[in-house]
Amino acid sequence: MSARVLLELTDVGFTYPGRKRPALEGINFTLEAGQRIGLIGANGSGKTTLLHLIMGLLRPDTGRLLFQGKPLADRNDLRRLRKAIGLLFQDADDQLFSPTVLEDVAFGPLNLGADPAEAREIALRTLDRVGLHGFGPRVTHKLSGGEKKLVSLATVLAMSPQALLLDEPSNNLDPATREDLIRILNQLGIGYVIISHDWDFLAETCEEIFAMEQGRLARSDHASLHQHRHAHPCGEHPHHHGC
Amino acid sequence: MILERFSEGDSLIHRLDPAARIVAASLLILVIALADRFSTALLGMLAGATFLVLARLPLAAVFGRLLLVNTLILLFWLTLPFSYGDNTLFSLSVLQVRKEGVLLALLLTLKANAILLLLVALLATASFTRIGHGLQRLRLPEKLCLLLLFTHRYIFVIHEEFQRLHRSARLRCFSPSTSLHTYRTYGHLFGMILVRSWNRGLRVKQAMDLRGFDGRFFTLHEQAMQMKDYLFLGAAGLLALILMGVELT
Repeated sequence: MSARVLLELTDVGFTYPGRKRPALEGINFTLEAGQRIGLIGANGSGKTTLLHLIMGLLRPDTGRLLFQGKPLADRNDLRRLRKAIGLLFQDADDQLFSPTVLEDVAFGPLNLGADPAEAREIALRTLDRVGLHGFGPRVTHKLSGGEKKLVSLATVLAMSPQALLLDEPSNNLDPATREDLIRILNQLGIGYVIISHDWDFLAETCEEIFAMEQGRLARSDHASLHQHRHAHPCGEHPHHHGC
Repeated sequence: MILERFSEGDSLIHRLDPAARIVAASLLILVIALADRFSTALLGMLAGATFLVLARLPLAAVFGRLLLVNTLILLFWLTLPFSYGDNTLFSLSVLQVRKEGVLLALLLTLKANAILLLLVALLATASFTRIGHGLQRLRLPEKLCLLLLFTHRYIFVIHEEFQRLHRSARLRCFSPSTSLHTYRTYGHLFGMILVRSWNRGLRVKQAMDLRGFDGRFFTLHEQAMQMKDYLFLGAAGLLALILMGVELT
């Protein structure tokens, strides 16, 4: 196995308690450092469940999950995993619970043992990185939807992860914020897995795209899946489709 | 909703450690609340006013709050002078205004205003979060502090969720009346809020766990009391002693 493999899932299956149909079945998936993967699939196809399994929020019923080549045995392994991989939640309000932006971004570093001065420094630097200079003292629940999304991204980035998992990051973003997010993701220099229904978004941010259907994962065949209708912000002007 | 309009500022009081302010305010309020003498209540008011000046708050807004509380106190003035005590001060046709009642209402007014002034000057000058962290440092159980902080953070979200549901009901021509249909609708509405808040609580917990939360809440703000905080505490303690002395001699 290559040393660059961060995550390896072998034949993983999961069924929510009290349900008959498995949410995930026979998942084989690897994430290497720097790999940028898109996951597309219908609502309820198991995409979010997969991300939660990877993060250890859910435990697989079958199969195994290796992080850096080792299974997750105890809380310390889990802590290492959660430091190395950051999850961006679908709803930013779930992620932002501190009163001010600065406190929220500093929350992760403080938990990882940074002292307040260091944590403040890291938080300010991370906010600059996502283009939110001067947002520190703003009150989180008064931000716009797009700003909340970018602050959530900053809270995850502040823990300097080696990879990100993003759950429908482009949902409900206006075109300008969407472009900002695409630019930021492309400049991150770390690998990530993005869940989305938004083909164009994935095409502009990912190198490989997988499709999920009824709890199963398949490498997507671009030719057959790439059928979509969309409105173009640039109107009549010629443009190209990143894939 | 909760606006925290006095919490922004850079006065002497604003810069004090919230933990020291909580202790000082509790001490002084306890003494004033138990006082029976006018001199104690008056001194308490003077102390409150001094802190208010030191906190450099917008006086008009403070008086607005005082007015609000004093409307409640008006209720005492409407009942106490006519019902408490034996010595008649003067008579208003059938009603007799009693001396003890008037004095008691006056004392109540002074004490309530003194306490309110102290609260506004010392506690309203810190944001909810800082009060929360202050309480945490005073060894209030962690769970209670977290409850306080999270209530403050999510009350807005829950309020918004309620408004969204309410709006969607109104858009489908729901207008509340005294009917079973209305009661049932509101029942569903509150039930839905409860379920959604519960689910959100679970997701927030997950998000916190993923960022390494292990039950302890760290803060970016001050970690330890400084010289000025100890000086302030000492002064407040002395003041409380003086008030007690006035009360007991």
